[in-house]
Amino acid sequence: MVSGVNGARLEVRGVSHAFALEKRSLPVLQDIDLVAEPGEFVALLGPSGCGKSTLLRLVAGLEPPTEGQLLVDGVPITGTHPSRTIMFQDPTLFPWRTVRGNAQLGPEARGTLAADSKRIDEALRLVGLAGFAEAYPHQLSGGMAQRASLARSLVNQPRILMLDEPLGKLDSLTRLAMQRELVALWERERFTALLVTHDVEEALLLADRVLVLSDRPARIRADIRVETPRPRRRDDAGLVALREEILALLGLAEAA
Amino acid sequence: MSATTLGAGLLAPARPAALWPTGWAAGLAWIGAAAAISLLPDADDLGRTQELAALAAGFGGVILLAAIGASLPGLAPRLARLRQAGPWLILLALALLAWELATAKYEVLPRPFFAAPQSILEVFTDDYARLGESVWRSLLLVGPGYALGALVGFLFGVAMGWSRLVGYWAHPVVRLIGPLPATAWLPIAFFAFTSSRGASTFLIALASFFPVTVLTWSGVSAVSKAYYDVARTMGASPWFLVRKVAVPAAMPSVFVGLFMGLGASFSVLVVAEMMGVKAGLGWYMQWAQGWAAYANMYAALLVMAAMCSGAVTLLFRLRDRLLSWQKGLVRW
Repeated sequence: MVSGVNGARLEVRGVSHAFALEKRSLPVLQDIDLVAEPGEFVALLGPSGCGKSTLLRLVAGLEPPTEGQLLVDGVPITGTHPSRTIMFQDPTLFPWRTVRGNAQLGPEARGTLAADSKRIDEALRLVGLAGFAEAYPHQLSGGMAQRASLARSLVNQPRILMLDEPLGKLDSLTRLAMQRELVALWERERFTALLVTHDVEEALLLADRVLVLSDRPARIRADIRVETPRPRRRDDAGLVALREEILALLGLAEAA
Repeated sequence: MSATTLGAGLLAPARPAALWPTGWAAGLAWIGAAAAISLLPDADDLGRTQELAALAAGFGGVILLAAIGASLPGLAPRLARLRQAGPWLILLALALLAWELATAKYEVLPRPFFAAPQSILEVFTDDYARLGESVWRSLLLVGPGYALGALVGFLFGVAMGWSRLVGYWAHPVVRLIGPLPATAWLPIAFFAFTSSRGASTFLIALASFFPVTVLTWSGVSAVSKAYYDVARTMGASPWFLVRKVAVPAAMPSVFVGLFMGLGASFSVLVVAEMMGVKAGLGWYMQWAQGWAAYANMYAALLVMAAMCSGAVTLLFRLRDRLLSWQKGLVRW
């Protein structure tokens, strides 16, 4: 694949969203405005349950927002599109399909299976699962399952890849390895990445920009640019300072 | 020793090419039973006593050959499964002997209600044509009925689980009518259908329809929303979601329904054959009982057990094939 920028420009304009509960509505997002430039890696950081994942669902087009507008390259989002895929916290692999069967889900759904056959192999190779194409999900470790899920997204050549705490449930070693792989992949494919996480360190290691969200209903409290060149070290002085700043914003400043 | 390690020890495949004492004991037990059957005098005039003895002796001989084979390195792996059956083979020989002594030899159990083993053998050797015909007629009745009920139930269950509208209208009907035993429809069925065959097919289909419908429906309803979300973000159409997400995800539940429906179909089959259809195993049993030919009845019962178990085995084989992705399947 070409190493130019493949990502799309995402605009979120005055988006508010509420869940309809019985008799009342529960606001989860309030006046969200953000622009992600093509190929930018944006992390959405906030307390759990603040509505970060809901924002991803809106970008994916799984739900329309209660208020406001979302645009991709200037075109309003009206529904799902394979150029915007989500990698969830759970791998959500289909247990009745092999790793390859899962990876080919998108092309199969769109009827382009024959044309995309090479790309499916390529995606599996890219995430290091070429040798496990015929394995079933229950035979995979947590990290491998998440890699398979990543391959399933990549096959669709996403221009916006949404990562909904994809590493949240992995053990710490696998997590470190996969953070590195995600960066490498993003540097190679240059999609626009939206990472939802509640791990400050992870956001700083991966992203160009960290958006700090408030408690529900989520508002953007800070937009922090991370200039540190990659590959980044978690003990880099600049990152440590940013970490303190963000923790303070979240009301979790460490006592000096 | 805990129960688990005990169980594991019993089920663990025996080391190949080792002496198989259980096999020798089983072989000798069968030959011993054969000797008792052949040499002890029958209390009454019974046929096929020597044939039964020969059969038992032959079976014992085969087990002894297997016991020898189990000590040969070349054959040992192939006999591993048979080795597991060793204790059962001994028990069956003892059971046959006890049955023979209690009926044919000493008549502890009153005739004709309890038939001697050789009498049942006699039914198989002398009445096999009628028995075979009965099996065939039973299969011809239950097969199409079950398949029809399962197919309609599956489609209905998918529609109920998928469409809110279908679910709304179908749910109360299925809830009210479904739990009614299919045999309760017998009078209406025989009145509504001109042929007893049509009526029986309808009843058998009804019996398999209900469990397949309910379990397909619950299987489809229980499919994780996340699966649909994943497929939708990748451009799946609603039809794709039904065919490639809802249905495969519901298959484990569907098979539980197919299994339960099979049992229900067999029970309706027997009732239908006893009531109106003048053919099949159910009819054969009824007919045999009418003549007080209890040996024939037991023989038919054995055949029926083999037929039902065989059908369930086939169903489970199919499931194992289709659902090999599932962990921890119950082996049949």
